[in-house]
Amino acid sequence: MTGLSSAGLSSAGLNAAGPDAVGLIATVLQVVLVVVGAPLLTGLMRQVRARMEGRAGAGVLQPWRDLRKLLRKEPIDPRGTGWPFRLAPLVLAGTALVVAAVVPLVTTASPLDSAADLFAVTALLALGSVALALGGLDTGTAFGGMGASREVTVLALVEPTILVSVFALSVRAGSTNLGTIVGLTEADPMRVLSPASLLAAVALALVTIAETGRIPVDNPSTHLELTMIHEAMVLEYSGPDLALIEWASAARLTVLLGLLGSLFLPWGVATGGAAGMGALVAVLVGVAAFAAKTAVLGMLLAAGEVFMAKLRLFRIPELLAGSFLLALLAVAASYFLAGGA
Amino acid sequence: MNLPGALLTVALGLCLATALLALAVPARIRPALSGVGTAAAGAAGAAAGGAAMAGQTWSAWLPDLLPLAGVRLTLDPLGGLFIAVTGGVAVCAGVYGIGYARHGLSGRIVQATLPLFVASMLLVPAAAAVSTLLVAWELMAITSLLLVLAEHGRRPAVGGAGLWYAVMTHLGLIAILGGLAGFAAGAHGEAFEQLRSARLSPLARDAVFLATFAGFASKAGIVPLHAWLPRAHPEAPSHVSALMSAAMVNMGVYGIARVGLDLLPGSTGGASGGGTPAWWWLLVLAAGGASAMYGILQAAVSSDLKRLLGYSTTENMGLVLMGLGAAGFFATRGAPQLAALALVAALLHVVNHAAFKTLLFQAAGSVLHATGTRNLDVLGGLRARMPYTTALFAVGALAASALPPGNGFVSEWLLLQSLVHAIPASGVAGAVAMPLAVGVVAMSAGLAVATFVKAFGVGFLARPRGPEAERAVESPPSMLGGMGLAALCCAVLAVGPTVIVPGLARAVGTLLPGPAPVTGPAMRTVTLHLSGIAGTMSPLLIAVALAAAIALAAGAVRMFSARRRRAARLWDCGAGPMSPRMQYTATSFAEPLQRVFDDVLRPEMDIDVTPKKESAYLVERIRFHAMVPDRIERRLYGPLLAAAEALGRRARALANGSVHRYLAYGFWTLTGLLILLAVIP
Repeated sequence: MTGLSSAGLSSAGLNAAGPDAVGLIATVLQVVLVVVGAPLLTGLMRQVRARMEGRAGAGVLQPWRDLRKLLRKEPIDPRGTGWPFRLAPLVLAGTALVVAAVVPLVTTASPLDSAADLFAVTALLALGSVALALGGLDTGTAFGGMGASREVTVLALVEPTILVSVFALSVRAGSTNLGTIVGLTEADPMRVLSPASLLAAVALALVTIAETGRIPVDNPSTHLELTMIHEAMVLEYSGPDLALIEWASAARLTVLLGLLGSLFLPWGVATGGAAGMGALVAVLVGVAAFAAKTAVLGMLLAAGEVFMAKLRLFRIPELLAGSFLLALLAVAASYFLAGGA
Repeated sequence: MNLPGALLTVALGLCLATALLALAVPARIRPALSGVGTAAAGAAGAAAGGAAMAGQTWSAWLPDLLPLAGVRLTLDPLGGLFIAVTGGVAVCAGVYGIGYARHGLSGRIVQATLPLFVASMLLVPAAAAVSTLLVAWELMAITSLLLVLAEHGRRPAVGGAGLWYAVMTHLGLIAILGGLAGFAAGAHGEAFEQLRSARLSPLARDAVFLATFAGFASKAGIVPLHAWLPRAHPEAPSHVSALMSAAMVNMGVYGIARVGLDLLPGSTGGASGGGTPAWWWLLVLAAGGASAMYGILQAAVSSDLKRLLGYSTTENMGLVLMGLGAAGFFATRGAPQLAALALVAALLHVVNHAAFKTLLFQAAGSVLHATGTRNLDVLGGLRARMPYTTALFAVGALAASALPPGNGFVSEWLLLQSLVHAIPASGVAGAVAMPLAVGVVAMSAGLAVATFVKAFGVGFLARPRGPEAERAVESPPSMLGGMGLAALCCAVLAVGPTVIVPGLARAVGTLLPGPAPVTGPAMRTVTLHLSGIAGTMSPLLIAVALAAAIALAAGAVRMFSARRRRAARLWDCGAGPMSPRMQYTATSFAEPLQRVFDDVLRPEMDIDVTPKKESAYLVERIRFHAMVPDRIERRLYGPLLAAAEALGRRARALANGSVHRYLAYGFWTLTGLLILLAVIP
C-alpha cells in the first residue's frame, strides 16, 4: 500500500548485457546525433525558408560554420557580470544534453529511461530557460531584464499545457515514462488517431513552438526590442558562450521535434525487444527514422513560418490558453471516449 | 519511558530552562544563550520525531499538570514527522538567531518567548486529547504573536499586522474549539482514543469537519483565510518568520490530517478515510488549488521580498492540501495505493517546504539585516557584496521553483504522479477534478519559476538599484551557519528523498492502515519506484547527469577555444555608460504577468499631474503610484470589517449612560434565561 517502494538501478545496464548494451549504444548514438544534427536542422529550416521566399540561402551547413567561427573567438565577460552570467550557457547546454539522452528518439530501451519521465524532461528544459533568464538579468541591461521577464512569462503559461497533455497521453499507458508511452503507441498504431491523441498532439505542437521561440510566439531572427524574447536575453553573449547558446537552442528544438515525432509517429523507434544483430539493425532503423521525421517536421515548421507573422506579445497568452483548452479536452476525451464509458 | 519520550521531555525541558535563563542573564549573552538553547531543544525534538517516525511510539498521561483534564501526550509516526520538522527548523532558526538578534532584538521578552514558541509547536503534534491540543495551540498563538510584535517600536506596520494576526488566529481557535468540543461531547470523552470510537450522526460529523477545517486552514494560510499571513510573516523578525512559515503553518495541515483522516473516519465504523464523504476531500482539494494559484500569483507580482515569501507559503500549503484532499478522495473511492501515494507526496512537500522556506526567510533576513530594506525594486548587486547569502538564496530559490535538482521538484513530481494516475479509479468527479488539479499544480509551478527568477535575479544579481544595496556587507557567521544548515537539508532532500520515505510511509500508515510498509533495500537506492504505478524518477541520477553534462559542455568549449576571458564594456547602444536605474526592476519584471492576469489581480494605478500656475501644459510634477492589492482581502474582509464597525456604532445606542437602563438589561437577560431553561426539557 505504501505507494512508494524503492528498488535501485537493478535494470540499469548491469544484469543482462545483451539488450542493455544495445540500449547504451543507441543512447550514445542518439546524443551524438542530436549534437551533430541540431545545427544541421536549423540550417535546413533556414534553407527551406530562404527558398520559399525566393532567396538562394546560405546552405544547410551554415550554422556549423557560424559555430566554428564563434568558438574560435575570444570569450568576453561584460563588466559587472558574475557567475550566473557565465554559468548560464553551460547549464542551458547541459540540460539540452541530458534531455537528449533520456528522451526516446532512437530507442525506448535507454538505460536512463527510468531516471526521468516526461515531467522531469519538462522541468529540465525549464531549468535551462531559467539559467538563461538569470544570465540575462545579471547583465543589468534593460534588454536582459526585458528578455528574462518575457521568457519566464511564456514559460509559466506553457507549463500547464505541457503537463495536462502529458496527463492525456499517460492515461492509457498508465505511466508518464516516455519509453512506456512510445512503446505502447508503437504496438498499437491506431491509438495515434484517437481524439485524445490528436488533441494532445496539437496542444504539444503549439507549446513546442512557444518553448523553442519560433514564430508566432517569438522570432529567432529579429532584434527589434518590441518583439524579441530569446534574443534580448542573449544580447550580451559573444564568442564561445554564444556558440553554446546557439547550439543549445538548436538542440532543444531538435529534441522537442524528435519527441513529438516519437510520441505521435512512433514508427521506427527501436523498442529493445530484439537481440543480437536484429537489435543493432533496429537501432540503425531508429536513427534513420529519427533523422527523417525530425527533418520533415522541421521543414513543415519552417514552411509554416513563411506564411505567418509574429503575434503581439500580449496576444500570446490567448494562444497558450487555447492550447491548454485543447490539452484539457484531450484528457476529457481519453476518459469519456475510452475508459470511462 | 522509551527513547522518543525521553527525547521529547529533554526538548521541552531545554525550552523551559532556556526561557527562564534568558530572563535572568544580562543582555550581552542573552541572544547566544537563547539561540543555543533553542537549537539544542530543536535537535532533541528532531531526534524524538525521527525516533517516532522509525516506529517507536510513546504515550503519557500527566493528570496533575492541568486541572480537570490533565495532559495527554502520544508520539506516533504522523505526529513524529511534524515534531521532527519543527525541531529541524528550530535548530536552523536558533543558530541564525544568535547573530540576527544583535540588532535590537536582545530584549528579555523576545529571547524568552522564542524557546517557548518552539516548545508549543513540539507539543501540538504530540497532544492526544482535545484539551491538551487546544492549550498547546493557544500557547503557540500567544508566543508567536509576542514574537511578531517584537519590532513594533520600529515600524508602524507591525502593530497592524499583529492585530490582524491576533484576531484571525483567535477566530480560528474558536472554530477549532467549537468543532472539537462538539466532537468530544458526541464521543463522551476528550481523549483521541475515545474520539476514534465515537458514533456521530452524519450532520454532526460534517459540522465537526467544517469547523475544524476552517480553523486549521486559517493557520495554514489557506485562501480565503490567509489575510493575516502575508502581513504577519514579513513583519516578524526573520528567524521567527522562518519558524512561522516553515513550522507553524504545518500545524494546520497536521490538524486537518489528524481530524479528517484519523479521528473522524472511525466515527462511522469504517476505517481509513473510506467512511468519510467524498465532498469533504473535494472541498479540501479545491481550497488547496485556490490557495496554490492565488498565493503564487500574488507572490509573482509582489516586490516586497518577505511578503513574496509569505505568499509563497500560502501556495505551498495549498499544494500540500491538494495532496491531502486527493488522498482523502482516493480513500473514499477505494484506491488505497493512490491515496497513500498522494499522502506521501503531501507530507514530503511539508518537509521540503520547511527546508527551503527556512532557508529563504533567513536569507531574506540576511538581506534585510545588511540593507535595511525588503523592497526588491531598490535591491540588486548583492552577488558581489554578499556572496554566501546570494549562493544560499539561490539554493532555496531553486527548490522553491520546483526545478530539478531542487528538493521541491521531488514532492511536486510525486503529487503530479498521484493526480495523473487517478482517472481509472476516481469516477466522473475525479475525471473532472484531476485534470484541473494537474493544470493548477503546473500553473503554480510555472508561476513559482517566474516568482523566484524575479526574487533572485532582481534582488541579488546585476547592479545595486539604490544606496541601501550599495552599502551591503555579508552577514555574521552564525547567520550564515543557520542558513547553511537549512541548505544542507535541502541538498540531502533533493538527491536522497528515499532516505526519509520509509518514515513517511509509516506516518501515512497511521492514517491509512493497509498492507506492509516499505521493506527491503529502500534506504540504499536512488530511484523512486511507485508501487502499483509504472512511474520512476531518480533525483540523484538527474543531478549527476546534469553535473556531468555541464562539465562536458565546459570541457568542449575549453577544448575549442583556449583563449583567456577578457572583460569588456556592456553594450550601451553607443549612448554612454548605463546607469543602474536603466535596469529592469521587480515591478517591471512582473508587469507582463500582471497584465496577463489583469482580471484576477486588478492592479491599481494612480497618476497625479500637477501643472504649473502659468499654463496647464507646463507640468511641475507627476506622481505615479501603482499597487496590486490583495483582492480577496479587499472584497471579502473590507465589507465584513465595515459591517462590524457599523454594528458597533449602532450598539452604542444601547449604552446611553443611564444606570437604570443597565439594571433593566440585567433583569431582562436573567428572566429570559430562566424562561429558556424552563422551556427546554
